[in-house]
Amino acid sequence: MQFILNDELIDDNTLPSDFTALRYLREKRGLTGTKEGCASGDCGACTLLVGALENGELTYSTLNSCITPVQSLSGKHVVSVEYLSKVDELHPAQQAMVESHGSQCGFCTPGFVLSLAGLYENKQNADQPIDREAVCDAISGNLCRCTGYRPIIEAGLSMIKVQEAKETPFIELMSKNEGIKSLLENLQAEANAKSNYLQPTNLEQLAQALTSNPGATLIAGGTDLMLENTQRYRDFDTLIDVSSVVELKTLDIGAITLTIGASVTYSELEDFSKILYPQIHGLLSRIASRQIRNRGTIGGNVANASPIADLPPLLLAFDADIQLLKTDGSTRTVNINDFYQGYKQTQLAKDEMIASFDLSLDKLAQFHRFYKVSKRMEDDISSVMLAVRFEVDNGKLSDVRLAFGGMAATPIRGLKAEAALTDRAINDEQALNQAIDALRNELTPMSDMRASAKYRLDMACNLIRKAWLELNGTEVVTFSGHAVSDSILSTGSEGSTHA
Amino acid sequence: MRKLPQDFTLDTKAFKKGLLPVHESSIKHVTGQAVYIDDMPEWPNELHVATGLSTEAHADIVSINLDKVRAYPGVVDVIVQADIPGEVDVSPVLSGDLLLAGDFVHFIGQSIFAVAATSLRAAKQAVALAEIEYKTREATLHPRQSLERQEFVLPTHTISCGDAKGALESAPNKLKSDLYIKGQEHFYLEGQISVATPNEDGGVQVFASSQHPAEVQKLVARVLGLPVAQVLVEVRRMGGGFGGKESQAAVLGCMAAVLAVRNRRPVKYRMPRQDDMVQTGKRHDFWNSYEVGFSNEGEIIAAEYDMVGKCGCTADLSDGVVDRAMFHADNAYFLPNARISGYRGKTHTVSNTAFRGFGGPKGVILAENVIEEIACAVGKDSLDIRKLNCYQANKDTTPYGQKVDDDVLLTLIEELETSSDYRARRESIKAFNKQNPFLKKGLALTPVKFGISFTSKHLNQGGALLHIYTDGSVHVSHGGTEMGQGLYTKVAQIVAKAFGIDYQRVNVGSTRTDKVPNASPTAASAGTDLNGMAALDAALTIKSRLQEFAMEHFGIAADAFAIEDDQVILGSETMSFPEFIKLAYMNRVSLSSTGFYKTPKIGYDRKAAKGRPFLYFANGAAVSEVIVDTFTGEYKVTQVDILHDVGDSINADLDIGQIEGAFVQGMGWLTSEELSWDDKGRITTNSPANYKIPTSADIPEKFNVKLFDRPNSEESVYRSKAVGEPPLMLGISVWCALKDACAAMADHKISPPLSVPATPEAVFYAMQAAQNHKTGGEVSL
Repeated sequence: MQFILNDELIDDNTLPSDFTALRYLREKRGLTGTKEGCASGDCGACTLLVGALENGELTYSTLNSCITPVQSLSGKHVVSVEYLSKVDELHPAQQAMVESHGSQCGFCTPGFVLSLAGLYENKQNADQPIDREAVCDAISGNLCRCTGYRPIIEAGLSMIKVQEAKETPFIELMSKNEGIKSLLENLQAEANAKSNYLQPTNLEQLAQALTSNPGATLIAGGTDLMLENTQRYRDFDTLIDVSSVVELKTLDIGAITLTIGASVTYSELEDFSKILYPQIHGLLSRIASRQIRNRGTIGGNVANASPIADLPPLLLAFDADIQLLKTDGSTRTVNINDFYQGYKQTQLAKDEMIASFDLSLDKLAQFHRFYKVSKRMEDDISSVMLAVRFEVDNGKLSDVRLAFGGMAATPIRGLKAEAALTDRAINDEQALNQAIDALRNELTPMSDMRASAKYRLDMACNLIRKAWLELNGTEVVTFSGHAVSDSILSTGSEGSTHA
Repeated sequence: MRKLPQDFTLDTKAFKKGLLPVHESSIKHVTGQAVYIDDMPEWPNELHVATGLSTEAHADIVSINLDKVRAYPGVVDVIVQADIPGEVDVSPVLSGDLLLAGDFVHFIGQSIFAVAATSLRAAKQAVALAEIEYKTREATLHPRQSLERQEFVLPTHTISCGDAKGALESAPNKLKSDLYIKGQEHFYLEGQISVATPNEDGGVQVFASSQHPAEVQKLVARVLGLPVAQVLVEVRRMGGGFGGKESQAAVLGCMAAVLAVRNRRPVKYRMPRQDDMVQTGKRHDFWNSYEVGFSNEGEIIAAEYDMVGKCGCTADLSDGVVDRAMFHADNAYFLPNARISGYRGKTHTVSNTAFRGFGGPKGVILAENVIEEIACAVGKDSLDIRKLNCYQANKDTTPYGQKVDDDVLLTLIEELETSSDYRARRESIKAFNKQNPFLKKGLALTPVKFGISFTSKHLNQGGALLHIYTDGSVHVSHGGTEMGQGLYTKVAQIVAKAFGIDYQRVNVGSTRTDKVPNASPTAASAGTDLNGMAALDAALTIKSRLQEFAMEHFGIAADAFAIEDDQVILGSETMSFPEFIKLAYMNRVSLSSTGFYKTPKIGYDRKAAKGRPFLYFANGAAVSEVIVDTFTGEYKVTQVDILHDVGDSINADLDIGQIEGAFVQGMGWLTSEELSWDDKGRITTNSPANYKIPTSADIPEKFNVKLFDRPNSEESVYRSKAVGEPPLMLGISVWCALKDACAAMADHKISPPLSVPATPEAVFYAMQAAQNHKTGGEVSL
C-alpha cells in the first residue's frame, strides 16, 4: 500500500485488510485531529479529504475514515486537518470557522473543516461561488450537537470572502499542487498478489484475484460491510476491492439503454443525472450523506438486499436488467423483478457479482417520481419509499409500476395496485381508489423504530395519490433537504408546471 | 466580597460586542490540536476496557462462566463485583448504582463484568464470549406501570397553592387529558471516556470527560477504599456534555481506576457509541396528566398536574429532575390554584439522568400544551392566551411561593411579538391555509422562564484559585468544566475586567481537583454565575492587596490607585502591569489567592413546599413558523425569531451560540429524535443510524436571534444571566407551531393531541385527528 498522507509518502504492507483509515491516522501516525464519533459513518467527525489523480486532474472528495479501509486509499492523496493550516496561518475554512464562532466543544470541528475545505477546493477550482445549498450539501454528513449549525453555515458562506480579505492568498489550491501530482504519478501501481487487500483495475485482474482467493470478501465502498468490522468487531481476511475495476464503472447512454456499472458511486450517478434525470438526481440527494455518497456504490446498495434501500425500488420501476458476472468470466442477465428472493436473499450465486444495470431509455422517458419518507431529511433511512412509473398511451395508463422500500422483507411492487390502474384513464379517480384499496390488501409492512406498520401503509397509499395528482398536472410539493422556496411559501405552489 | 473604590459588580455594559474574544480553544478546535482524552498519547503498556452487559431487564444471575473471556488473546484482566477493593456503589447522591452488578440485574446493558485487554478490539471481542445464565423476573418498563404498581425510586412530592380541587369544580370550562413526553439521547460527539494512571503511592490520577470532577474523585476513592486526597482528577475539556457527563461519567473513571491500580498499568475506558447509547442514561420520559379550569376568556383558574418521571432503575439525579419539572409546570403563567405532584417512577431501564433543562422542559411543554388547547377552546390566538396568563403585576407568585417581580416576561414577549411581525404573519398564514389543499402552515410564540440555582442548596457554591506571576501573566483555575459553552473564556474575561488588564494576560488552566476542592458540577446553567463570581472574588482579593501596597509604597490615597486599559495608575504616575507586579513581588506582596462564592437569598422548605429555590429567572421567547405536507406529515421549519434574556451579556457571541445551539437541540428533542424500546426493555435506537439528531438542513434560513437588553436585577456576576439551559425550551415553539398547523385542519376548533417528539408520523396522525374532528362536526366545550 502506497499513498500520500498530507505531505508524507506512506508505504506500509503490514496492516490487516480491514484496518480503517481512522485507526491508521490516530494509532499509527499520532494524527489525532481526526475523531471517532460513531465508527459507523453517521456523524462525520472522522471526515477526511481524499485526492484522486485522473487524466492529470487532481480532484478531492470527502469520506468517512471510520469505515474506510486504509488500504483502499492506495494511490491517493489523503488530507487530514493537520495538513490544512500553515505554522501561523489558517486555511480559509478554518479562519471562517473561528470568525463565525463555528466551534463550541470542538470535537466535530475537524470533520466540518475538512468538508468545508473540500467545498472550498472544488468551488474555487471551478471558479464558482458558494451558496447555502452547497454548504448544507457539503456538511450533510457532519453532525454538530453544540452550535445549531447557523454559525457553521455562515462560515461556509464566508470562506471566499475570508480568503479575498487576505493580502497574500493563503495557499494554492491543492488540486493545482504539482508537487503532490508528481508524487501521485510516481506511486507504484498496486500489483502485489500476496496482499490481503486486492484492488484489481480491470475484469481480468478481478477474475484472477477471485480465483486465487476463494475465501475473500468483496468490498466496494464498504459503507455497509465495514459496519461488521466496527460495530460487530468481525475481522475480515482478504478483501477484494471492486471499486476501481474500470468495466464496472460504466455510466453510459446507449441506443436503447442507460447502463450503470455496479461500482458507480452515488455521487457519480448524482452528477450524471443532474440535468438528464432530475428525479433520479433528487432521490440520490436524499440518500445518506455527501461522505457516504462519495464511497457507496449502486451495486452495493442492490446486492446488499436491504428491504429499506432506496435504489432497488427505482430499478423495479424501470424493470432494470442486472448483468451478473461469474468468477470464471461468464455472465448472465437477471431482471430486477426476479432478483430478490427473501429477506436479504438474492439470485446471486456464491461465485457471482453484479456487473451493471441496464435501464430502458423508453421507460426513463416516461412519467416517473420517487418519494422518500423518513424522520430526517438528510442522511436517514426510509420509513417508506415509493418509486413510480406511469406509461401513458392515449390518455390511458398502459403500464404502471409502483415499487416500494420499507413495505416488506424485500423491495416489492404493489402488483394488484398496479393492475387496478392499468388500462384506466389517467384521471380516473375511481381507479386510483381501487389501487389504494388493493395495496392495503396486498402489503403488510412491519413496525419498528423508524415507523409503525400503519403509518407505512398509510404513506404508501398517500404517495400513490400524490404521484397520481402530479401525473394529472396538480401541483403538489415534496420537501427535501433544501429550504422551501419563497414561491411555495407565499402561494403553496412552485409557480411552474411539472414536465 | 471585598469592596474596592469602584464597584466592579455594578459595572454594567462591561463587555462590548466587537471587542469580545472568541472561544479560547477555537483555533485549537479548527486545527485539530485541541486534546481530548482519547487523543492523549498512550503508554505502551496501556490497557483498554470493555464490559459484559446484561441482556435481561430484570433478572437474577444464576451463573457466570468467563473462562473463554479470560482465555481470549490480549485479555490481561477480568473482574467481577467481588474484585472491587472498596465499595461497589457509585451513586452520585443516594444509592443503587453499582459499578458491576452482583447476583442481580435491573436493566439491559448493565455491566456485569469488565475486561482489560491490550486493545479495545480484543476487549470487545472477548466480552462476547461470556456465558451468563439468568432467571428472569417481571420487568416494569413504562412509567404508567410504575404508577400502577406504586414502584418509585424516591417518595412523591407535591407543590400546591390556593384550592385547586375546589376551583376546578367551579370553573366554567375544563380540559382534562394527558401528554406522554419521550426522553432524549445526549449524543455528545465525544463519547464517555476516562484514563486512569496509577501513582507511586497506591493512588491514581484520572483524566475524565466529566462535568463533575470532584464527584469522580470521591467515587474513585470510594471504590478503591482510599482517602479522597489520594485521587487526582483532571478535566481539560469535554467534547460535549449536556448533562450526560454530570453523574454518569464517574463509572468510567471508577472502572479504569480499579483496573489501573490492580494491574499497575494505565487503563483507558472509552465507550464506543453503541455502548454509550445502551449503557448510559438519557433525558427522562415523562407521563403528564392534567386537568385545567379556565374562564371563558381563557384565563387559567385552576390546574391539577400529575407528572410521572421515568427514572429508570435507580435514583441517580432524578429527585432534582422531577422537582425541576414541577417547578416549571407553570412556565410563564400564573396559576392561582394549583396542585402539582411529581412521581419518581421506577422502571427496569437504564437510570435516566441530567440533560440540559433537567426536568424543566417537561414542565414547560405541559404548560404550553395547555395554552394551545385553551386557545382553541375559547377561539382565540394562543398568543393572547399566553399574554393573558403571563406573570405580571398582581399575578406574580409561583405555586411554590417565589415572586416573579422583575417585569421582564411580558415586556420581552411583546417586544418579540412586534419584531417578529407576529400578527401580520398570523393573518397571512390563515389566508395560506384557507386556499391551500395540501400544505398547512403553523405559527407559535412560546416563552420560557427558567429558575437559576441548583435546587440542592449546598451545590450553589463556587471556588477559584488565582496566581499572578512576576511577568504579569495570570493563571486562574476554578471548579467549572469546559464542555464547549465558553466558560473558560468568560472566566478569563471576568478576571481581566476585574484587574483592568488585557484579556491575553489571563490563562485559564484545566480543571483539577487539587486546585479547587469539592467543586460542584458544571450544571444547572450556573457555571459562570458560580465560578465567575469565585474567580472575581480571588481577583479582587489580590487587587486589594495591590492597592494597599500601592498606597503604602507610593504614599497615595486609595482612590488614586487604579488599573485601566492594562496600565496601573498611581496618582499622577502610570506603570505597566508587569512592572508593577514585579515591584509588588520584590516587596513581598502575596500574588496568589483563592476565591469563593455562595449564592445568596435562596432556600426551599421541602416540607412546606414553599420558598425561593432560585436566585433569579432567565427568560426568553421564540416564534417559530412551520409548513407541513398533509400527505405525509413531513414538515420544514421556515422561520425562527428569538429574543432572549441573558442580563448584561459577558460575551454576546458565546451567548448567542448557546441560544442557537440549545434551541436546535430542543427542536431535535421535539421533532426527529425519537427514543424507542422494544417490549423486553431493550433500546432499539442504539446508533446514529436510527436515532436522528438535527442536521444543517433542518434549521431555517431565517433564524434571527437577539439578546434582550437589560441587566439582571439580582447581583450576579457583572449582572449577567445564566444561558446554558433556558433557550433549550424555546424549541417548544416548533412543537407548538406544528400543533397549530394540525389545528388548522380543524379550523382551530380543537388542538389535536400531538406526540412528543412530533415525528412526521406523529404530525400526520394529529392532522388526521383534527380532520376527523372537523368532519365529525362536534365541538366538546
